[in-house]
Amino acid sequence: MSYIAILLTFIFINNFILVQFLGLCPFIGVSKNSENAIGMGASVTFVTTVASVVTWAIYYFLLVPFNLQYLQTLTFILVIASLVQLLEMVIQKISPALYKALGIYLPLITTNCAVLGIAIINISSSYNVMEAFVAGLAVGLGFTLAMILMSNIRERLDLQPVRGSFRGMPIAFISAGLMALAFMAFDKSLITNLHLV
Amino acid sequence: MNILFAILVVAVLGGLFGFGLSYAEKKLAIKKDPKVLALEPIMPGANCGVCGYAGCNAYAAAVALGEAEIGLCSPGGPSLVAKMAEIMGAKIEASGETRRKVAHVMCRGNTEFTLKDYNYEGLEDCNAAALLFTGDNNCKSSCLHLGSCIKVCPVGAISKDKDGYIIVDEKACISCEKCVQICPTNAMHMIYEDSEYVIECNSHEPGGKVRKQCSVGCIGCKICETKFPESGCKVDRFLSTFDQMLPHSQIPEAAEACPTKCIIKR
Repeated sequence: MSYIAILLTFIFINNFILVQFLGLCPFIGVSKNSENAIGMGASVTFVTTVASVVTWAIYYFLLVPFNLQYLQTLTFILVIASLVQLLEMVIQKISPALYKALGIYLPLITTNCAVLGIAIINISSSYNVMEAFVAGLAVGLGFTLAMILMSNIRERLDLQPVRGSFRGMPIAFISAGLMALAFMAFDKSLITNLHLV
Repeated sequence: MNILFAILVVAVLGGLFGFGLSYAEKKLAIKKDPKVLALEPIMPGANCGVCGYAGCNAYAAAVALGEAEIGLCSPGGPSLVAKMAEIMGAKIEASGETRRKVAHVMCRGNTEFTLKDYNYEGLEDCNAAALLFTGDNNCKSSCLHLGSCIKVCPVGAISKDKDGYIIVDEKACISCEKCVQICPTNAMHMIYEDSEYVIECNSHEPGGKVRKQCSVGCIGCKICETKFPESGCKVDRFLSTFDQMLPHSQIPEAAEACPTKCIIKR
């Protein structure tokens, strides 16, 4: 698959949040205002991109030679957790302002299954290192897109007269469901029709 | 044999990451000012922003650097000033302002008492309603009852009672004045907590106009000021205000005599 096809696949067709339903915790938890949503999206994009490349390297240079492919989940989690920790330290050192803006959501990326998800998908789709990099980036961008859309919807919902029993979380879930339904319109045929395969 | 490799690989990976992280932690360590560390835990933690900084920690950092004054935190009050001065090694300047202020809605208008210009059906937000002719009430200084102050209050001290009036829980109020800033009609005021009476009107319009607009507004008739000189009331631009610091022995009689009964005992 070409890089553009990979980008389209993970941003729209297989959007991790709205189609694959991975990483839903921050999608609901951090989407109350768009500022936080963008910050969370940016840090997840960074982690998925770097984690994709690093896990790819560990799989092909460490696990395959020793015939230990069954350890991939374990080692990938190890990589992601350390990576997020390192990222946290680096951001705190380089840009305290960004660190403050991201707050608690930064360490929480460790437990975001979208990151582990793309690491495993990279291996099962037998991407090369460049494709894995693009796929990681695309997942992050798709995540950011969903976060921004959701946070804008919720900012509007806060001002609307919503019936008491639906106010807050219930109406957010309903909106998320409708948005997921809309994303179902993006189909694999999009890629074949655009002659990207 | 295979299992040994598995253990070895995971152990080596884990060890590598562990040592890498601990090395990075040392390399990237950030020295924090001991004064900041001492100041942060004593801040109120409401992050209300009345000091002009992004939050309590930002204010603490600014104070430690000497960029900010000590007494800017109104939720903390005089006790916090004393603690902060001790940490910073500064002398406490005697400030006269020790009476606590709380937010109060200076309007008793509602659909029954107040004339309406039009029926507002839109976003439930005072500032949105105020875009249309400063709200749906004919009196443009009145409370719009749409609750922008409820949403902005960092401690949840503001609520609506069963009649739709906006009420402030004065014990919970931290005097951050956020509600005063967001109110489009300036109906929210800060009053002294020890005031026994309050004149619940915000309209500086002349008496005749107020009478047409609202049956519970202050018409500036000056009965409280002239007939009861010891009432503690002062009329300025057709609006009476009560000051607890003035002699106020006659205020109950003045409240009784007020033609629109807008002098309220708290």
